[in-house]
Amino acid sequence: MPNRSIPEVSAGSMADIAFLLLIFFLVTTTIETDAGLDRMLPPDETQQPIVDIRQKNLFQVALNREGQLLVEEQPMDLAELRPAAIAFLDNGGDGSCAYCQGLQEASSSDNPNKAVITLKSDRETPYGAYIAVQNELTGAYNALRNREARARYGRAYTEIESEYLNPQTPPALKAILREQVAGIRELYPMKLTEAETARH
Amino acid sequence: MAKFNKKKDGDLPAVSTASLPDIVFMLLFFFMTVTTMKDSSLMVENTLPNASEIKKLDKKDRVIYIFVGKPTSQYQKTFGSEPRIQLNDKFAGVGDVGDYILQERAKKAQELQNVLTIAMKVDKEASMGLISDIKQELRKVNALKVNYTTYEGDAFRNLQ
Repeated sequence: MPNRSIPEVSAGSMADIAFLLLIFFLVTTTIETDAGLDRMLPPDETQQPIVDIRQKNLFQVALNREGQLLVEEQPMDLAELRPAAIAFLDNGGDGSCAYCQGLQEASSSDNPNKAVITLKSDRETPYGAYIAVQNELTGAYNALRNREARARYGRAYTEIESEYLNPQTPPALKAILREQVAGIRELYPMKLTEAETARH
Repeated sequence: MAKFNKKKDGDLPAVSTASLPDIVFMLLFFFMTVTTMKDSSLMVENTLPNASEIKKLDKKDRVIYIFVGKPTSQYQKTFGSEPRIQLNDKFAGVGDVGDYILQERAKKAQELQNVLTIAMKVDKEASMGLISDIKQELRKVNALKVNYTTYEGDAFRNLQ
């Protein structure tokens, strides 16, 4: 009696049970794709403030129904959009921008603070083309902000920003990062407006 | 020589399956950690466009989702093949977006109501007309923070 051995539990079906669980989780869950381009919409005001923007401070981008680009009334390839936007934002035409490295052409923007990019799309424009353009314009801003952030704080703006937005960052560090992010944003404010899509 | 004759019997030794449960459990834990539960089943095609300059949306409780795309094949008979809006588990018109946002906003905790983001999960084949109508509706209910959800990738691939 005291020496009776306990029979071993068979582990042969363990794999089946685990497979069953695995398949359950494969079916009921999705891999999250929650990343994207952040935008602020303009508030809905019945009385639009009348802003007088000089033509040279405007960078007009239009997208037609085939997803073709018209930039400053010239057709353009998507690949050229980013350098063109950077050249426009970084122009510093009136010499008031000490950190700009642009060509200071009189026909382009005066100062990054005044430079406005407008994006106009057609109702038939494919969403993919619109996102591609938004991506290139964001890329232009990010390139300039990264350059200034590297010069001032020794690392890229996008890096600082993602650390600032990370909920695990300690609050003390966050306060420093917030100032850095705000400082860089002030140098190259994102002034991207969207006209309502054209109707036919 | 006699030593080696044994192998000529032709019997392959059985492969041990003792570690199989461990392997499967490893896979299971992998999927449990990297995925999240679906909270609404998709009724529209949702191939998101690619973008490279993306920011991560972190907290799920601060996000309201709007899906746009062609109805999937099983719904095409009743709803046609034009891109439609899906809110929660229903197809909806543009006019319903505002009410939906207000409803969802009211469900969230008080302190989160001002920091909500609207995640737009739009199929890349959809046209901008519908998107700009949705944006007008969002502006009406003062939901101004929008995230165009995309996959990470080369934006030039969207044009093909």
